[in-house]
Amino acid sequence: MNWGAEIAKAVLAAVGMFTFLAIVAAMFGVLLERKIGGWIQSRLGPKHVGPQGVLQTLADTLKLLQKENVTPRAADALIFNTAPLVVATAGLMGWLVIPFGKIGETVLVVRDLNIGILFFAAMASMTVIGILAGGWASNNKYSLLGALRSASQMISYELPMGMALVAVAMEAGTLSTVGIVRAQDGWMGSFVFRQFPAFVIFMIAAVAEVNRIPFDLPEAESELVAGYISEYSGMRFSLFMLGEYAEMFAMAAMTTTLFLGGWKGPLLPPLVWFFLKMYLVVFFMMWVRWTFPRFRLDQLLNLSWKVLLPAGLIWILISGYRITF
Amino acid sequence: MLLDWLYVAAFAVIGLLLAGLSLAIVWVLSLRSAYPEKRMTYESGMVPFGQAWAQFNIRYYLFGLVFVIFAVEVIYLYPWAIVFRQLGKFAFVEMLIFLVVLLLGLAYAWRKGALEWI
Repeated sequence: MNWGAEIAKAVLAAVGMFTFLAIVAAMFGVLLERKIGGWIQSRLGPKHVGPQGVLQTLADTLKLLQKENVTPRAADALIFNTAPLVVATAGLMGWLVIPFGKIGETVLVVRDLNIGILFFAAMASMTVIGILAGGWASNNKYSLLGALRSASQMISYELPMGMALVAVAMEAGTLSTVGIVRAQDGWMGSFVFRQFPAFVIFMIAAVAEVNRIPFDLPEAESELVAGYISEYSGMRFSLFMLGEYAEMFAMAAMTTTLFLGGWKGPLLPPLVWFFLKMYLVVFFMMWVRWTFPRFRLDQLLNLSWKVLLPAGLIWILISGYRITF
Repeated sequence: MLLDWLYVAAFAVIGLLLAGLSLAIVWVLSLRSAYPEKRMTYESGMVPFGQAWAQFNIRYYLFGLVFVIFAVEVIYLYPWAIVFRQLGKFAFVEMLIFLVVLLLGLAYAWRKGALEWI
């Protein structure tokens, strides 16, 4: 094997994916969020930069690039500076296993790992390390509280998410994402039908994992300023945002892969189907964000530990019974 | 197999490098000025007192502990989920026992009040 060529290919794939995420997830995602938010709340949203405001996020990015990186005097500088990098990288890593579509017989996936969805779950939970580190290192009371809330929330919802992933793996008989898409045949074969409870658990946990309303207690503007990002400004702030939006789009892409049949669909090319389904899920998450109020911390933890976790365990038993007998 | 992890490593390294690159661009482009108030901890405009590195609610830690127990147990479900079709009824009954023990553990934590937020 030619290691040089393989390394070049891997580096190229990583750079390509990062650029794709920065443009599609972060820039276009933020614009989409503001436009949809405006539409739902009967206002216009960004309008002035470019036609219908489509260049708004580009302008914002250029502005953020010129801002000074401020490190508070009281902060732990090394950890404070590293945390945004960790969050952005964690947002990127999950995309390694997501299959985008198929051209001929070649599946468009960076790498079809044999432990695909386990890897995805591990990378999704890596964000919490960056958030906890950043919030603690800021040496700010708002940040610390936001980071602690975030940590307890993300670990609480990781368990139901793991349960949903196990149920899907049981149905498909494999952990590889490509294998899971292949296991879903036809419209009724999509796991959203056969694994509906797992789908519901996964969607709720996915919204909670990316700290979005109604689970956005870590950021809760009205009580914690901005939670763990209170002390972050300029580009470091946007790295946190990049990580968050990359993660959100990754969750949407994973929902598509696991439950909605991935790239499969009639007439249109596979790639188009994948993005249609992914944006449908993204739209759903934004719809939820602009519609619901915020949970209280005890309600949030109760939902995870006393509802979703037992439900997930029992659903695994039911699916196991159904498949075995 | 080894090749797969080369890609994982490449993603991790490139992710850190590109994120770092954006910070480097900022370092070149940004205007910098220094005055004492700028680097003060933000506390909604009040003069901050004390440190944030103080005691915090023990509940956060407790939930962390319960999480570790369950996360380790969920990991055991993955290998079973892949092969239980081939192993048949015996594997299902075994996992049934395992899951019931898990549920009992959850019920115990619940009863003991480890899942209450006060």
